[in-house]
Amino acid sequence: MIATLVPLQSVALALVALLAPAVVLARDPLRMIIVNGLYGLVLVLLFVIYGAPDVSLSMLVVSTVAYPFIVLIAIARVRARRGEKEDE
Amino acid sequence: MTRRVRIWIFLPALAGLAALLVWGYLGIPGFGDYHGPYGFVLDRLATPLRHMDNVVNATTYDIRGFDTLGEEFILFAAVIGVVMLLRDTDEKPEMRDEVESDLVRVFGTLAVGGAILVGLWLVAFGFVTPGGGFQGGVAIAGGAALVYLVAGYRAFAAFGDEQVLDPIKGVGAGGYVVIGLAALVSGLPYLTNLFSGGAVGTVWSGGSAGFVNWAAGMEVAAANLILYAEFLNQYIVPIARRS
Amino acid sequence: MSFLPYAVAAWVCVVGLYGIVTSRNLIHLALCLTITQSSTYLLLLAIGYVKGGGPPIFKGVKLGTTTVDPVVQALTLTDIVVSVTVIALILALALDVHKQAGTIDPDEIREMSG
Repeated sequence: MIATLVPLQSVALALVALLAPAVVLARDPLRMIIVNGLYGLVLVLLFVIYGAPDVSLSMLVVSTVAYPFIVLIAIARVRARRGEKEDE
Repeated sequence: MTRRVRIWIFLPALAGLAALLVWGYLGIPGFGDYHGPYGFVLDRLATPLRHMDNVVNATTYDIRGFDTLGEEFILFAAVIGVVMLLRDTDEKPEMRDEVESDLVRVFGTLAVGGAILVGLWLVAFGFVTPGGGFQGGVAIAGGAALVYLVAGYRAFAAFGDEQVLDPIKGVGAGGYVVIGLAALVSGLPYLTNLFSGGAVGTVWSGGSAGFVNWAAGMEVAAANLILYAEFLNQYIVPIARRS
Repeated sequence: MSFLPYAVAAWVCVVGLYGIVTSRNLIHLALCLTITQSSTYLLLLAIGYVKGGGPPIFKGVKLGTTTVDPVVQALTLTDIVVSVTVIALILALALDVHKQAGTIDPDEIREMSG
């Protein structure tokens, strides 16, 4: 079990190390929240490999529902206000 | 200070921080070699003493329940802040139902039921399998948020009514405090577990920490739903005003 | 190998901070903050990991079996849920800034107030 775990850990860690800058460098918030979802799922995978199913469940429900919901609405609100201004 | 200057000042500081972090992390035990005495003791005592299989949640809701109380009130205060910032309008728009696909309705309704059921299951079996009030609460709120996608704003507004949610959130947060006080009244330290709990591996395991778990679940679910409702109003009200 | 998990935690922390300082959009900034915050989860869980240890759940597992540390997990799982409400508060503030100043670029806000 341990022998298979260590390569898996390295793969998951490498994915985390790659996706974190991908989220930050995706400057457009809309693109960012999508990449952030991917980053969240990789964290879920890593936490399972670390033997932390409780934490990965927590991450799973938060990164799939809660973050996208509030961030998407914030983006939409800002865009809608820009639209209102152009109307005037 | 221009943006360029700020970034040039920041970069060496960031390099310094990175070096400090690496230096500091080199001093902690190697990966996989740490054997914390606290975790070691908890692993051996939580199940016999508290009748809980899930030591993580035994720590969260019982043994370190006091810390979780602090976390709960960060959540409570943050949600109050959001509500104070966003709830500036009393208008409840009358929106036309936008969802027209029957397929979305049927499968969506199943998904809503499924998500809420999974959430309740996560809270109920928090001391047996992975789960607990925090994760279950977010899942329940997520299921209710799906109602907006499945049945439109009007159906969601019934779920997201603050007159229903505010008391639930209050009872969740207050219940946590009261369960802790119950131990004080019985002459024990705050948040001491009052009963030894039912059979290990059942919904009833956990003693009074079970109530703490459900109180946390209630508060997290209600707090998240309030967030979703407030944010959704930000999106819906301007659209309704324009049309 | 035994340092790699800590190195990743440090890397993620630095990357998130870089994003915060160079950000031109408050929504982007809030998400960069969640990246920095996730580095603490990475660090805590890496410290708590024990070679060959299973999850600290004894359903169907003999008591006394080696497990990873439950304490760091208890710290992390509540913080992840609480972080959502904190980010929601930051986004609500950003929306308020947008209403007052008409922009969510931190640099332009500074110019307006100065």
